[in-house]
Amino acid sequence: MSTSANGSATAGIEALSASRPTEVNRLERVVIRFAGDSGDGMQLTGDRFTSEAAAFGNDLATLPNFPAEIRAPQGTIPGVSSFQVHFADYDILTPGDRPDVLVAMNPAALKANIDDVPQGGTVIVNTDEFGKRNLAKVDYESNPLEDDSLSAFEVHEVAMSTLTQGALADTGLGKKDAERCKNMFALGLLSWMYHRPTEGTEAYLREKFAKKPDVAEANVLAFRAGWYYGETTEAFGTTFEIAPAKLPPGTYRQITGNTALAYGIVASGQQAKLPVLLGTYPITPASDVLHELSKHKNFGITSFQAEDEIAGIGAALGAAYGGALGVTSTSGPGIALKAETVGLGVMTELPLVVIDVQRGGPSTGLPTKTEQADLLQAYFGRNGESPVPIVAPATPADCFDIAIEATRIALKYRTPVLLLSDGAVANGSEPWLIPDASTLPDLSVEFATEPNAPDESGEHWPYQRDPETLAREWALPGTAGLQHRIGGLEKAEGKGNISYDPDNHDKMVRLRQAKVDGVDVPDVEVDDPNGNARVLVLGWGSTYGPIGAAARRVRAKGMPIAQAHLRHLNPLPANLGEVLDAYDHVIVPEMNLGQLSLLLRAKYLTDIQSYNKVAGLPFKAEELEGVFTDTIREVGTA
Amino acid sequence: MTATDLGLPSIGGLDLVPTTDEPQKAKEYKSDQEVRWCPGCGDYIVLNTIQSFLPTLGLKRENIVFVSGIGCSSRFPYYMNTYGMHSIHGRAPSIATGLATTRPDLSVWVVTGDGDALSIGGNHLIHALRRNVNLKILLFNNRIYGLTKGQYSPTSEPGMVTKSTPMGSVDTPFNPVSLALGAEASFVGRALDSDKKGLTEVLGAAAQHRGSAVVEIYQNCPIFNDGAFDMLKDKDEAAQRLIPLTPGEPIRFGAENEFGVTTTGYGGLDVGKVADIGEDNLVVHDPSIEDTAYGFALSRLGDQHLSHIPTGIFRQVARETYDDQARAQVQQAQEAKPADLQSLLTGKDTWTVE
Repeated sequence: MSTSANGSATAGIEALSASRPTEVNRLERVVIRFAGDSGDGMQLTGDRFTSEAAAFGNDLATLPNFPAEIRAPQGTIPGVSSFQVHFADYDILTPGDRPDVLVAMNPAALKANIDDVPQGGTVIVNTDEFGKRNLAKVDYESNPLEDDSLSAFEVHEVAMSTLTQGALADTGLGKKDAERCKNMFALGLLSWMYHRPTEGTEAYLREKFAKKPDVAEANVLAFRAGWYYGETTEAFGTTFEIAPAKLPPGTYRQITGNTALAYGIVASGQQAKLPVLLGTYPITPASDVLHELSKHKNFGITSFQAEDEIAGIGAALGAAYGGALGVTSTSGPGIALKAETVGLGVMTELPLVVIDVQRGGPSTGLPTKTEQADLLQAYFGRNGESPVPIVAPATPADCFDIAIEATRIALKYRTPVLLLSDGAVANGSEPWLIPDASTLPDLSVEFATEPNAPDESGEHWPYQRDPETLAREWALPGTAGLQHRIGGLEKAEGKGNISYDPDNHDKMVRLRQAKVDGVDVPDVEVDDPNGNARVLVLGWGSTYGPIGAAARRVRAKGMPIAQAHLRHLNPLPANLGEVLDAYDHVIVPEMNLGQLSLLLRAKYLTDIQSYNKVAGLPFKAEELEGVFTDTIREVGTA
Repeated sequence: MTATDLGLPSIGGLDLVPTTDEPQKAKEYKSDQEVRWCPGCGDYIVLNTIQSFLPTLGLKRENIVFVSGIGCSSRFPYYMNTYGMHSIHGRAPSIATGLATTRPDLSVWVVTGDGDALSIGGNHLIHALRRNVNLKILLFNNRIYGLTKGQYSPTSEPGMVTKSTPMGSVDTPFNPVSLALGAEASFVGRALDSDKKGLTEVLGAAAQHRGSAVVEIYQNCPIFNDGAFDMLKDKDEAAQRLIPLTPGEPIRFGAENEFGVTTTGYGGLDVGKVADIGEDNLVVHDPSIEDTAYGFALSRLGDQHLSHIPTGIFRQVARETYDDQARAQVQQAQEAKPADLQSLLTGKDTWTVE
């Protein structure tokens, strides 16, 4: 057995195991999908495998995919939960289109996922679950392991439940409890196959089950049993190595989008030197932002789990009025409920960060699946002329930076800012070059201390503006002499008293719009390596990965294509019009029916090829490659 | 997992709000905005009472905030020379919760009405009360929708003919005091708009109470529901109907104090002649009774037709507040662990690329 590049990390089991000569294949990349029943612990298994890949130094990207039901009927297709991880020795952009290896813990998992496995792919099944009853549950007329329906794949049949129970026979654990450790058996087997470091997983299990040491040891035993099974049986002739990736130098960690977003809020509070109040209500797929922030009270963060979405944003706005950084987090249905309070934030011109981790809609839609169909809701989903800046992260790690950017805009311009994440970046993970906290931007703010009336009356005019940013002063309750009243009724420019004056309203509507239009947004950068592309592909949000991967493939075929990605959706970068004009043809892929395309056509009076898919899953690079290739062929090259 | 003991001291409602030795006048609490309620509106009297009352608290004026929802009474903040926010319909308790939680140095008042608090904002009201956020909630109850010009409200009596109920309302109304007690309110009071002394007393106790204090104020709408509370204002009628609650004293009322409150067989309360009940059998009012059943029984003595209406403080019990505890948790976390951002970002599992 060869030593991995990171020799020390695999010392644990390797040192114990008897060496059997196996062929070692070096791969650049591999995509593995763990699939099983919702109760089989596939998310945990995938997550641990990802951590092993990260600890080893691979680049990686993940795609969890699970049902909205906590426990759908066992053994059925709706109950299938999967976790796909793509890891490589170079920088990758997506969780992968198709799994090279499918681990199927039962017939439902096999049936739901086999169509995604390319011919020649590896399928590892838990044969113990392939009894008559389970086959019937998913309408398999014959056992696919016995007929020739899987002949296109390299199938490994492993009796994982039996082997796990056998390995745990002496632990005193009941048969059923022992069987529940089979996911760790699968993880051990895959860890052996891919030369993954194992110490991290063992340490993790012992920590997770610290209060139940027998369960911890059972899981470790099952994990080792899976490893030994690969090591000692001859069923697996080949193991695989994927060398660490040559990423830019620095210290990395693995991070999911929701964790990065929460850290971004923590950092924002620190950089602004403000206490943070997160007012929120649990909702998939945004709840992890609440869970994470609740852990970091030592950073001056109050997490308020409100009675509903409206109260969540209400508390955040109330805290903002008092001088805290007000944040609310939700998904699309929650944004619908918060709309009126966002409007109050627009009218009272208070800073507020509104996080929307988008999911499939309309209505309850697809709670656990991804979509980016809330863009127009973010833009226009309020009564009246109610403009708000909008930003969107491109990758899981970018969620950190985008949270800081949203806060910067909110504080500088005294406005609610909509942050549009989505299920794919929220739950997906990737390596993160850990930022140096001392280099993060300074977000500190100045509160009003003196009356500001320009007429020397000594009064305080709450709607007196900074001539450059058009932001009004932030005068906090508790400041003597600045007593004032704000609210949802139209305010007189400057003085801020209620005003029904027609000209004043027209002026205030335009001022609020001008303030948002004037937000400083960096120019969009175009990646056009040879400068000879005629086709530009423009994306926003989580489509960054698949678009980039597809563009690479197209370029590898010798076809030029330019790529640009928007992190600021409102206002749009000042150079965007020129960028669109510079290309003969623009493609905008979106996981909606063309919302950004609609905006671009209206704003720039230019034609856009809108490519849309609303399937609840990220685009596949293969699919976009086809679209880009066809378009370039039609448009022709320069 | 067990909760962390926060070891909170018991303090008064205003103990964390800065005070001033400068004498204050009612006039200083009037803003420069013209008051725009209809002539004869009960809101005027309440506004004047509060402007006269606040100077007695001796607080720094800039540390007082009025937050309101939508409705006639919700214009209140504009007329107060304090900080204030006129927010959106029904949401004032949630906005005030965020403010009170992050700013213990403020005295936060919520001004709301029967529609704002009990209809569109019912959810926020009950949750603010159960959490016991340090808020003073003034519920102006005129039993009608005024700002939208005369539709029935969640406190209008069944059968009431309004613009939206030409054949009479078929809704059963809320009893706001019963509702507040059902929501675990730690302080519940009631007063009449016209009773400056009674209202001031209840407001004073509410202000000093640590936690949510809800005060129902019967308020006349001269345009859409004029005279709804007249029978409580007519001297003879009032004597038969109003039951003033005085802590530590037997509950008696009537022109000659000839009526009193006694217990019923099943643990409720009832009204009767003292001569029949016997003085020893009168209930001695104690708002500090933990069991909400007592205050609830008091709130049920009268019906929608105002047959018997206790005024004063129904319930006043000490209970830990949401905001004090939330702040204590943050403080405890800060004392236990420094805010080391770099350490958080780095986490436990890292690898280095050379």
